[in-house]
Amino acid sequence: MKQTDQKITIALTGNPNSGKTTLFNTLTGSRQHVGNYPGITVEKKEGLVESAGYVLHFVDLPGTYSLTAYSQEELVARNFMVRENPDLVVDVVNAASLERNLYLAVQILELGAPLVLVLNMMDEVRKKGMTLDTGLLEQRMGCRVVETVARQGKGKKELIDTIISLNSRKEDFKSPLEISYGPDLDPALKEMEDIIRENAFLTDIYPARWVALKYLESDEEIISEGRRKSPDTSTRLEDVTNKVADHCLKTLKTYPEAVIADYRYGFISSLLKDVVTRDQQRQRIEMSDQLDKFLTHRLLGPLFMIFVLYMVYSLTFLVGDIPLSLIEDFFGWMGEVVRRTMPDGLLQSLVASGIIDGVGAVLSFVPLLMIIFFCIAFLEDSGYMARVAYMLDRVFRYFGLHGCSIMPFIVSGGIAGGCAVPGIMAARTLRSPKEKLATVLTAPFMTCGAKLPIFLLLAGVFFPANQALALFLITLLAWASALLVSKLLRATIIRGAATPFVMELPPYRLPTLQGLLIHTWERTWQYIKKAGTIILAISILIWAAMTFPQLPDNGFSDEEIQGVIAERDFRGLNTAPGFPANTDDITLEEEQIELVLAERQLAHSYAGRMGTFLEPVTSWAGFDWRINISLVGGFAAKEVIISTLGTAYSLEAGEEDDPTSLSDHIRQDPDWDTKRAVSLIIFVLLYAPCFVAVVAIARESGAWRWAVFAMVFNTVFAFGFSTAVYQTLKLFI
Amino acid sequence: MKSSICLRMMEVNQKGIIKTVGGHGEMGRRIRDMGLVPGVEVQVVGRAPLYDPVALRLRDFTLTLRNNEADYVFVEIDDETN
Repeated sequence: MKQTDQKITIALTGNPNSGKTTLFNTLTGSRQHVGNYPGITVEKKEGLVESAGYVLHFVDLPGTYSLTAYSQEELVARNFMVRENPDLVVDVVNAASLERNLYLAVQILELGAPLVLVLNMMDEVRKKGMTLDTGLLEQRMGCRVVETVARQGKGKKELIDTIISLNSRKEDFKSPLEISYGPDLDPALKEMEDIIRENAFLTDIYPARWVALKYLESDEEIISEGRRKSPDTSTRLEDVTNKVADHCLKTLKTYPEAVIADYRYGFISSLLKDVVTRDQQRQRIEMSDQLDKFLTHRLLGPLFMIFVLYMVYSLTFLVGDIPLSLIEDFFGWMGEVVRRTMPDGLLQSLVASGIIDGVGAVLSFVPLLMIIFFCIAFLEDSGYMARVAYMLDRVFRYFGLHGCSIMPFIVSGGIAGGCAVPGIMAARTLRSPKEKLATVLTAPFMTCGAKLPIFLLLAGVFFPANQALALFLITLLAWASALLVSKLLRATIIRGAATPFVMELPPYRLPTLQGLLIHTWERTWQYIKKAGTIILAISILIWAAMTFPQLPDNGFSDEEIQGVIAERDFRGLNTAPGFPANTDDITLEEEQIELVLAERQLAHSYAGRMGTFLEPVTSWAGFDWRINISLVGGFAAKEVIISTLGTAYSLEAGEEDDPTSLSDHIRQDPDWDTKRAVSLIIFVLLYAPCFVAVVAIARESGAWRWAVFAMVFNTVFAFGFSTAVYQTLKLFI
Repeated sequence: MKSSICLRMMEVNQKGIIKTVGGHGEMGRRIRDMGLVPGVEVQVVGRAPLYDPVALRLRDFTLTLRNNEADYVFVEIDDETN
């Protein structure tokens, strides 16, 4: 291979909040989210940098504190370092809290991975009045150390140069670090190492001493891997482990894993002796502490939190309303132009009713979503979100969840306008499979951005004076449903004890505007992409379902016209006495025949048949066949609910009619009343997640049966709830 | 005069040196991974509105843990200064 296209693979690892993601963005220019909340990076992200004839391939591993096998993230990080054999492992550490951050670095060295240490946030170190002797640290750690300030892009060039220069000297990295674990463990480690070497037990993958350590730490992943490889050798190692564990318990009243952690931290202390010098301490964290006195205060904290959440709403609706109506007008105008310019027929109907109306309805909500995403990004990046988790943990635990469940809930739409798909993904942070499962299954109850349009529409029509309040109540209902259902699930089908909450409270940081914009754009783009692909396809599919099969004969007999008129009269559409009296009325009558005919066509279509078929049951909750069609479409993507309703009404109105907005239709239609609106809001909020979310649930829970469960359970739950509310309201209204 | 008390019993703003960290399996690992090991100085900086979890200052950072997790940590405090 020529040197000009030599590829270097670099695994980027580090603690949460170490600025690893920021550094990744600075290096690769990748569009990726940067958060202050522990463990926001749950996906494998990659990026390329070209420099001096090399292609640097960066893989951004999940942020972790350690390399145990307790969470998926740690396993992902560990397995990548071991199995994918990256040319280099770059560990990004927060230089302002070196001691804890080096705990991971030491484990990487023990694993024998080729490590480069990046001391990030050097500006904070200086601000705190600390000085670091990087040369001394380099010498003691036996690896290269590079100083950076990722937020400002400082040290980027040095890091790239270091990576390139180290790449040609890979043999320097061969031997794994060996730490002494004291008189109780060292002999056992030696004995186990000998057994491991003798039998070539997993030595093709891991260093011998590391495997021995993992046995002492009772690492289930390694032990089960060992049992598969050679049950005999594994048993011998387990015997030694048990002996040592007994000894530790009897003489030291502790566990081997505790001894290991103590010695590791002891080793780190000795590494850092004379490396870190402090003057006046903690100026910056004290600022954070001062803020926390107010922001996490017993009374003021929760009050401020509610205020913040409510402000996000108000801001969204005040500012977002202007571009929203502009975009709506634009798509209305486009539909009109198409209807005027294109010849009548199926193609015109497809473009105007299938494509423009469908996608337009979805895109018109982009401005709202952008504002909400921006607010969420600000809360995450500033560090406030971690405080929200801290304040709410006691509450969440009561419902069988975890303080960290707040994140999936909020991303899913706990602050209206999220999306259940990234929300479900964010649940990967949760360490207990049970709490995670409960979170994943209940997060789709939240008011995601795709449900918002229908809520905005109905609130706009039926509660015009109290729109913000209505949406606030809807969101509260979503939370109540998610929490109560979660408690139910954790008490029945997913029972189990709570997992540790231990979490870092990062210092408050002012988010960078660039980070916020990248984040906002990334999420919005995801939404637009979804609108452009899945939703366009579904929109066309549903248009087809609503158009075919066509009525047997497009003309109609006199008898049929009479039937139509009779039907119209029966429905009370014509109230003028002596009708028809003049030519105007005759034109009007023709239009009305068209209208009823279009409606009959829709009822005749596949979608209409399905909607009609379901109507006897759904009428308990106040839904007619037209709503049924759109709700069935909503299984595919919630945005489709509103676009289907739009398509249904514009088809029904007939092509020559002026396209009036869906909200006008609903306002004028006597079938629509408050109790139906409330019932529909509840149903849309709670019924089956869209299929993208269902796929995500299957992936994150590791089983399709949970995905099927979510679809069936949520729909039954939603229908029961809607029916109860509808029937109750019927008694009073 | 020094005495050893459970982390759960510490008052806000009280300081101490960690003596022992019990617990094994995942719970013990999580606590130790975050740097709660014997010899480390901790200060309780706050408690959540419902008194749980508790926020702790270690030398260079702040972390939170629940009361039932704090039960595994015993801290030596100086009776006179507190």
